Amino acid sequence: MALLEIEDLHASVDGHEILKGVNLTMNAGEVHSIMGPNGSGKSTLAQVLARRETYEVTRGKVLFDGKDLLEMKPEDAACQGVFMAFQYPVEIPGIGNAYFLRSAMNAVRKYHGQDELDAMDFLPLYKERLKLLEMDEKLMNRSVNEGFSGGEKKRNEILQLAMLEPKLAILDETDSGLDIDALRIVAQGVNAMRSPERGFLVITHYQRLLDYITTDFVHVLVDGKIARSGGPELALELEEKGYGWAETEAGISA
Amino acid sequence: MSSSVDTIRDLALQDYKWGFVTDVEEDRVPKGLNEDIVRLISARKGEPEFMLEWRLNALRHWFKMEREKGEPKWANITFGPIDYQDIVYYSAPKQKPRLENLEAVDPEILRTYEKLGIPLEEQKLLAGVAVDAVFDSVSVATTFKGKLAEMGVIFCSFSEAVKNHPDLVKKYLGSVVPHTDNFFAALNAAVFTDGSFVYVPKGVRCPMELSTYFRINAAETGQFERTLIIADEGSYVSYLEGCTAPIRDTNQLHAAVVELIALDNATIKYSTVQNWYPGDKEGRGGIYNFVTKRGKCLGKNSKISWTQVETGSAITWKYPGCILQGDNSVGEFYSVALTNNRQQADTGTKMIHIGKNTRSTIVSKGISAGRGQNTYRGLVKILKGATGARNYTQCDSLLIGDRCGAHTFPYIDVRNSTAKMEHEASTSKIGENQLFYLRQRGLKTEDAVSMIVNGFCKTVFKELPMEFAVEAQKLLGVSLEGSVG
Repeated sequence: MALLEIEDLHASVDGHEILKGVNLTMNAGEVHSIMGPNGSGKSTLAQVLARRETYEVTRGKVLFDGKDLLEMKPEDAACQGVFMAFQYPVEIPGIGNAYFLRSAMNAVRKYHGQDELDAMDFLPLYKERLKLLEMDEKLMNRSVNEGFSGGEKKRNEILQLAMLEPKLAILDETDSGLDIDALRIVAQGVNAMRSPERGFLVITHYQRLLDYITTDFVHVLVDGKIARSGGPELALELEEKGYGWAETEAGISA
Repeated sequence: MSSSVDTIRDLALQDYKWGFVTDVEEDRVPKGLNEDIVRLISARKGEPEFMLEWRLNALRHWFKMEREKGEPKWANITFGPIDYQDIVYYSAPKQKPRLENLEAVDPEILRTYEKLGIPLEEQKLLAGVAVDAVFDSVSVATTFKGKLAEMGVIFCSFSEAVKNHPDLVKKYLGSVVPHTDNFFAALNAAVFTDGSFVYVPKGVRCPMELSTYFRINAAETGQFERTLIIADEGSYVSYLEGCTAPIRDTNQLHAAVVELIALDNATIKYSTVQNWYPGDKEGRGGIYNFVTKRGKCLGKNSKISWTQVETGSAITWKYPGCILQGDNSVGEFYSVALTNNRQQADTGTKMIHIGKNTRSTIVSKGISAGRGQNTYRGLVKILKGATGARNYTQCDSLLIGDRCGAHTFPYIDVRNSTAKMEHEASTSKIGENQLFYLRQRGLKTEDAVSMIVNGFCKTVFKELPMEFAVEAQKLLGVSLEGSVG
């Protein structure tokens, strides 16, 4: 059984159709990259999979781990193992980062009928993962994302990914706005989390993230449809020839 | 975001959990307000002559105010006319009004307090909390009295204080909130029925939190309690109050007065968790909470700190303030006020700087949800002699949904050029993006809302004693359920 099966997915925002029939199948253990020009629907795909309610699915189906993902609320999808690293992580003033993470982990544990983690169970894991992402322990007591630099926010997303250990990790343009060092650290975190049980959907505008994260498949999204799919070499080809090439190839030239 | 809004709205329909009525026989005076009623109340309470005179004096003043102007109209609240002749001004559980021990308390009343989570029996008490319980008009039990008395701390009902400590009462009653202060203070002075009295002697650090739980039970009654706390030189006391009332579809009036006096080097910390019945979601019923609370930092280096969490009442009208008379005295006000459904709150503080180098801090967090209207109203006044005075004010509003309102009226009046004033204000809204972020991490909508609101209130909650802070967080969660709309 595939980890994720997307079939003829159509989705709209405020009445505008953005996704116009996306098909994609991902097995556990694989890394798939979605590339594409601005406005092609990359982030919409991520948001729909994370079940954001401002996005309306008008047609198609999505099976996650064999279950109907489109029937799930965001918190149910999250508890079932869908994680999205946000392009613009949100600030939660007054709530400590560690407290927030522990609450999230316990929400997932509770969903699965497991006992909640207390601070003593939580801390060693938290500290280990902070180290992996080269993050300062002081972040523990700071409010979630409040006053974080752009790079810290993105690393904090990967930290959450590393703590929550989802089955499907969606990275929504995690590389945008990162300098090369931050990019390396983020990629290092992602690589450390690769496992035969986990799938990654890496959404990016630029090829450079793929210099650091080894991808198995590359899909080019153009105007709400996957125009081309291939191996990692496709990313290089795109970098060289530009998105115009993929659009022409797909016969949907702008 | 329609579906998450719906979920939140559904949660808002959650019932008020403290709305039960206890079936006890009441001893009540007839409805209405006149000199005879005041005489009757005073007689029922066996008061000395000076108290009766004090009450009658206040009543005459109140009648004059009622004739001339009626209730104060400046607050940002609306309510129908209150018929002061249609209220019962004294209601007490029918039994011996003064009780020597808990065995003498009506078991029905004890069960009520148990339902409210207030363990009155001493052995069940949270370690270190002494409780006075006021049921309708009468204080029914004060715990730990003996232990406190060993240290010279007086903690008793107001009625007892009038009898046993008349000199202290005479000296301080009305010295911070005179009956001429305002309409509701005058009304309270005329008809107040009970409340708590605390005196902490020189140099004593009160060894436990003192706590009063107020419960309105009887129908058609008003509750008019009066609290007086005196901290003598170098003493310290922390006082907590909690309030609940049954669900009734008519409005009930609560007009309390609290006076605090801190002498040289004394500190008083006063915390309130107010959860009177707020009315239903259409705004029927609920308590009209018109309260005057003020502390006087009479002595040098004294400190008065107010912390309030206001989640209940149909209308909240209260401005716990500090008169900073002693040099180097400190006043603090930390407030969380939440209005959901049709609740209205007009609340804030007054900091009056008289002495030199006086300092005040104001942190106000207003949360508006449903169709709630939340107003911060504050006055910081630096008088001519208050050289070196400082004030810091932070005033934040959080909106949940698009049918509520947040309003801010900060008044600043500075008459000494050495004063340093800081004012910060913010208004924010719980956004779909914040909720989605938390839900994407696995939190349910209501837990996500509660987390965002608790984060917003953190700087106030950390001022509350530990067990109260936990209670306040839970209360906020319940009061907010179904509020994003």
